[in-house]
Amino acid sequence: MKLTPDQISYWHWGSIDINATLVFTWLVMATIAVVASSISRKLSSSTDLSDGQNLLEAIVEMVSQQIREVAQQPAEPFLPFVGTLFLFIAVSNVLAIVPGYYPPTASLYTTSALATCVFFAVPIYGIWQQGIGGYFKHYLEPTPLMLPFNIISDFSRTLALAVRLFGNMLSGQLIVGLLISLTPLFFPIVMQAFGLLTGLIQAYIFAILAIVYIASGMEISDREER
Amino acid sequence: MDNLTLVAMSSIVTAGLTIGIGAIGPALGEGRALAQALSALAQQPDEANNITRTLFVGLALVESTGIYCLVISLILLFANPYWNYFIKLGGG
Repeated sequence: MKLTPDQISYWHWGSIDINATLVFTWLVMATIAVVASSISRKLSSSTDLSDGQNLLEAIVEMVSQQIREVAQQPAEPFLPFVGTLFLFIAVSNVLAIVPGYYPPTASLYTTSALATCVFFAVPIYGIWQQGIGGYFKHYLEPTPLMLPFNIISDFSRTLALAVRLFGNMLSGQLIVGLLISLTPLFFPIVMQAFGLLTGLIQAYIFAILAIVYIASGMEISDREER
Repeated sequence: MDNLTLVAMSSIVTAGLTIGIGAIGPALGEGRALAQALSALAQQPDEANNITRTLFVGLALVESTGIYCLVISLILLFANPYWNYFIKLGGG
């Protein structure tokens, strides 16, 4: 029984192991890069848009509107980071309906890497916004006694971020795999459709939580002034 | 009953119990949150965006407890550390 795409190995040479996670991660990245660059070659500022530009503008507008609503500030600084997270996770989850494709997000390594990016983005944005002292002061709030718990919460929320996406995608794959062996043909399709919904919701939640964490790391000094 | 059987049995039973009991709490909590969100939506349809987004974030946070249980049972079933140790010990 294949639990994660890490266990499917395509090519093996010494200590280098090209497994399905790696292959499909690169596939997703290539898909996004090719589509985005081919559409953005011929952007027009007039009112007659190509279909692709219309789609991309809708996506970018949607992401930045969500960021504005959650973070209560202009979306521009977060848009590249959070938008990339959302697009990568969403594309890799949606492609799960393609036969023979294993979503790279069903591997704990991928999700841990994404969550680690968020883990480091929070202090980077926080320090950029309010300086080193201002950012690290919030670890001593409300009292210095809370310092260990604040540090633990930083790590545990990162772990939860990684494991949430991994668990959801993995359970979706497992359920479909089990159903195919029990009742082929019709019922797995329903679960695949449900998996699409789950995958998109998870991508949305990952991106939203990333914004929430980053915004909470940035807004601490503002809250004191209020 | 040798050690290997004991480890296998206890791992499988515990994994089942973990998922079973661990699903109760998050399910109750998420159900309550959903019910509250629905009544809030019925009262204030204009705030639909805000309520839905907050609901999703909250559900995600509640859900993580259930996912911890899933991870524990997966570890017990597929990556059990004692399993390999006892196999090595038994020379199996």
